[in-house]
Amino acid sequence: MGDDFIVETKNLTKEFKGFVAVSDVNLKVRRHTIHALIGPNGAGKTTCFNLITKFLPPSRGTILLNGRDITNTAPADIARLGMVRSFQISAVFGHLTALENVRVALQRKLGTSFHFWKSDSSLAALNEQAEQLLEDVGVQEYRDIPAGELSYGRKRALEIATTLALEPEMLLLDEPMAGMGTEDVARTAELIRRVSKDRTILMVEHNLSVVADLSDTITVLKLGKVLAEGPYSAISQNPEVIEAYMGHGVGSHA
Amino acid sequence: MTSQSVTTTAPSSGPSRQTIFVGILLVLALAAPFAVYPVFLMKGLCFALFAAAFNLLLGYVGLLSFGHAMFFGWSAYITAHAAKEWGLTPELAILLGTAAAAALGAVVGWLAIRRQGIYFAMITLALAQLMYFVALQAPFTHGEDGIQGVPRGHLFGLIDLSDTMNMYYFVLAVFVLAVLFLYRVLHSPFGQVLKAIRDNEPRAISLGYQVHRYKLIAFVISAGLSGMAGSVKSLVFQLASLADVHWHTSGEVVLMTLLGGVGTIFGPTAGAYLVVTIQNYFASAGSWVTIIQGFIFVICVLAFRAGIVGVFAPLLKKRGIEA
Repeated sequence: MGDDFIVETKNLTKEFKGFVAVSDVNLKVRRHTIHALIGPNGAGKTTCFNLITKFLPPSRGTILLNGRDITNTAPADIARLGMVRSFQISAVFGHLTALENVRVALQRKLGTSFHFWKSDSSLAALNEQAEQLLEDVGVQEYRDIPAGELSYGRKRALEIATTLALEPEMLLLDEPMAGMGTEDVARTAELIRRVSKDRTILMVEHNLSVVADLSDTITVLKLGKVLAEGPYSAISQNPEVIEAYMGHGVGSHA
Repeated sequence: MTSQSVTTTAPSSGPSRQTIFVGILLVLALAAPFAVYPVFLMKGLCFALFAAAFNLLLGYVGLLSFGHAMFFGWSAYITAHAAKEWGLTPELAILLGTAAAAALGAVVGWLAIRRQGIYFAMITLALAQLMYFVALQAPFTHGEDGIQGVPRGHLFGLIDLSDTMNMYYFVLAVFVLAVLFLYRVLHSPFGQVLKAIRDNEPRAISLGYQVHRYKLIAFVISAGLSGMAGSVKSLVFQLASLADVHWHTSGEVVLMTLLGGVGTIFGPTAGAYLVVTIQNYFASAGSWVTIIQGFIFVICVLAFRAGIVGVFAPLLKKRGIEA
């Protein structure tokens, strides 16, 4: 069974001065599923997320990626192990064009990223692949536009294209739908479903309804602890979860 | 910064506008010593190179170093010493100064690069002050006197650089080659990653880039070329002095880069010439020079924040020219 899980955390804990943000979280993300991490504000979702992606060092506990201990691995090395994260604020390289954004992710493979004496026209070999990725997420017509000038939804799409360029087996998405209109939410959900083929996705979301029919498994966090875990059908009936979401109203957000 | 998209879409018949633009500047530079005092031009070129090297760090990595005088000044000392005491030819003396600055840059960069913003600036300032006091105390720098009467020597043992015109064209050649090199660095696979790091460092990390290594390489290149500027300057003025390692010089290069336009190719040159002009032509005003400089700086910050070249860069870019 052990091999079935791509990411596992054991007693993951993060303490800030006099405050426990994440407490003894044991998370198991099954391979080739979409796993959502949800919870009300301040539940420790993003902290948990930053711990798994190594952007924060944990106070206690271990993190395993494909059975390998990555608790003390540098964040840049995580990407090389096949796990790539996105950010809550759309993370694009604003002064680079859409094409260049994707190409930055592709070019590491070329092994010339330290070659400061080489012309950047040597990167043109990657253009075709980059264009394909832009097309996959539907932003190919903006290839020569600086990413900073794109609309919010397109920035997010570009970000996903950039992430996919690394061909990660595991994607971590930090509130991929945050700040989006209904139309963009539907489009992004579709995109996530599409890219989840042969991949594993762990996403943090604020709203249960957004992830309801997208996720295979949902983990609900509250005050840094796991409150409940299971498929949406089970989670939505859980009285504790309903309690935690009181005032938010389970399923009322679109 | 997105030049390749611009140049590829520009009409490709005949020389590009960029080539013509650079060509005109080059012709002006070649003709300049017949109209303007050559030593003034050479001083401008040295500081323009210094500012261009500094701009690599501030404009393309987003790191504000407040200690670049240590590279400029120490290279000046080393080149002056090598040329005067060891009798090295000018090109070797300059290369030695440049290599020394790059080595110093590797150490300073290694210590400073993990910090950002004000902390980075403070660490570089502190290390520069340290190097200033070493320069003050070390016997070979001759303290307050500096190294005077540095021979310009014969380039490759052939061309007599004590001839002002020869010296000018030599300095111009060094400057052009160094700027071409910087341009290549910015338009290389490495430069692409550098811009990505500047735009969004956490994202670059999440894509698997070990950003410190890229920053360190950029720092070493910047330090090396700053050193080259100092080396050339010591031959132009036949003098290496404490003024070159003083924090004033670190401040001046920040001023030049900001006035000219940070993150542009020609901005640092424009800024360097503006500051050098003020210093030369208002020299009779004594300490008022500092006040005039400060006043111009305030106007620049208020009126055109992007710097002199930075203001015109978007207009030129529409015409296919990267300024």
